[in-house]
Amino acid sequence: MKFVVCVKQVPDTTEVKVDPKTHTLIREGVPSILNPYDQYAIEECVRIKEKTGEGTVTVITMGPPQARSALMKCLALGADEAILISDKAFAGSDTWATAYTLAQAIKKIGSIDMVFCGQQAIDGDTAQVGPEIAQQLGIPQVTYVEKIDIDEKHKLLIHKQTEEGYHVLETKPPVLFALLPPTSFQPEHPPMSSILRAKKKPFNEWDAKTLGGDVSKYGLDGSFTQVIKTYTPPSRGECELIEGNSKDAARKLSEILLKHEVLVKR
Amino acid sequence: MGIDIILDKCTGCGLCVKACPFAAIKIKNKKAEIEANCTLCGSCVDVCKLEAIVLERPKQSDKDLSEYKDVWIFVELKEEEIKKVSYELASKAREIADTLGERVGAVILGKKVSHLCDNIAAYGVDVVYIAENENLSEYNTNNYTSILTGVILKYKPNIMLFPATHLGRDLAPRVAASLQVGLTADCTGLSIKDGLLLQTRPAFGGNIMADIITPNTRPQMATTRPNVMKITKPDPSRKADTVSIPVNIDPNSMKIVIKEIVKTTKEGTKSLDEADIIISGGRGMGSPENFKILEDLAETINGVVGASRAAVDAGWRPRTDQVGQSGKTVSPKLYIACGISGKIQHQVGMKGSDTIIAINTDSEAPIFDIADCGIVGDLFEIIPALNDELKKNLSKG
Repeated sequence: MKFVVCVKQVPDTTEVKVDPKTHTLIREGVPSILNPYDQYAIEECVRIKEKTGEGTVTVITMGPPQARSALMKCLALGADEAILISDKAFAGSDTWATAYTLAQAIKKIGSIDMVFCGQQAIDGDTAQVGPEIAQQLGIPQVTYVEKIDIDEKHKLLIHKQTEEGYHVLETKPPVLFALLPPTSFQPEHPPMSSILRAKKKPFNEWDAKTLGGDVSKYGLDGSFTQVIKTYTPPSRGECELIEGNSKDAARKLSEILLKHEVLVKR
Repeated sequence: MGIDIILDKCTGCGLCVKACPFAAIKIKNKKAEIEANCTLCGSCVDVCKLEAIVLERPKQSDKDLSEYKDVWIFVELKEEEIKKVSYELASKAREIADTLGERVGAVILGKKVSHLCDNIAAYGVDVVYIAENENLSEYNTNNYTSILTGVILKYKPNIMLFPATHLGRDLAPRVAASLQVGLTADCTGLSIKDGLLLQTRPAFGGNIMADIITPNTRPQMATTRPNVMKITKPDPSRKADTVSIPVNIDPNSMKIVIKEIVKTTKEGTKSLDEADIIISGGRGMGSPENFKILEDLAETINGVVGASRAAVDAGWRPRTDQVGQSGKTVSPKLYIACGISGKIQHQVGMKGSDTIIAINTDSEAPIFDIADCGIVGDLFEIIPALNDELKKNLSKG
């Protein structure tokens, strides 16, 4: 079986802080990490491959040259080969252009059985690239995937999270999954032996020319959405601390909630 | 431009006939033939193994965008009832349409949905597009995508809004990719600027906001966070025109089959995503039994109980209750955080709430940085006392 995992290198948004004076993002010293959702996707993909007993896991990313380190981590986590899709022509891509670029790469890899993505990336949170790839490849998708099982006949049983619980779905390849890690998931660092082994695995770089396709669809030119302004959200203002013993504090809070019509009388 | 069958490649296998949601393909003389009611939705192209169907849609930028009119919404249902978020979308769409001097359209897909037209019309919808079919009772990505792509291509709306729910976030990008148009995710603000839809969304875990436009493609598409847009007062006397969309679905062609539907939320309670009052408990709750006091308060103020990751990891609450980066993003009118320290990962999931109340014994807890109002104290005393107060005050005439 042929598996492709799409990953993204992201700034660790949990480390991003806002300058209290200028209200701008402090990006200095914020480390770049493998998107945690994508790390889960890699680990699940490797697990499924091991269960089927055969196949190759190709990990791809579109990004600047330094995204190489995210791919190296994926190789250390068990991917068999990596492709860095990097070109100035890809700069400024929105979700559609990103999906177009990744779909071109997947088509070039050819005869894919399963594509794995993280449900979303922690910097943009859009959750759009996965479904947009699936549409361009013309294959079905399952998003919000919590768990995948595969049997000998390659029949896939999937747990998909819903707002009220989960659905158990059945499908077969080709298909794209967008994975949602369990809350207990900790993106661990692979052991040193795996990191050393990763260095011997095939690593390729593809630019726009290698990919082919319609050049007008790459990067800023191929992006339909335009960001015209970014700003920090207005601050919420000071927290009003309610003093007094528990009973008094509860009474005051109740008064505040009613006064500001946060809660209304029935 | 348009759709063509490459006769040399077509073997008349009929896969495209089955895949067409509009019954617009027939096999004649062992070759597929596309009929006039084709909407260019592209379902047949995806299933043709021989690449015998070519579809070329006109490039949007070459066209006159002014032929795209009206503000449309996708109406999400839950067990054959309209979800609250759909009314939020309708209210917002009405406001935008009034600014533009256009109509509001609503698309409803389902098994039996005609009777819901008046319900949504009351919130300002002028035209309801209805697709009814017994195979549409449960959401299926491919079927819904084909039908929506088809109606959008046929009726050419200027703006198309989806809810940023599990369903909307699965469907909208698929439709956008099929139409080759832009899409902005999880908007918390929508308005009109210079005739274009100005889409405002948070990024970097809510640390920055971005204003986005889609100048060259139509419809301008966005998904919208639940509980953010205000619902207007319904006008029950308002009626909408209805347009029926004929659909045809072969249940055997569905590539993803639902085997089982499991609900972990309590019957009859709202899900977190839909709640406008949420009372969340964290590590400070100490045990699963202690959540009882939050549930009691929730009953009094018609809220839903949520949890922090710490409480879910401890096994005190189900995963579906979790608010935060690895859980749900909520934006209720009122969020009460009880015994939650409020690390950035939790804040990301609830920062968009209108009013935030924090109750914690630790006055240094980060939750107080984003709370509007806070009490440093013992939640096991404060919550029951608050419940008593509110019971008394909310029932008073």
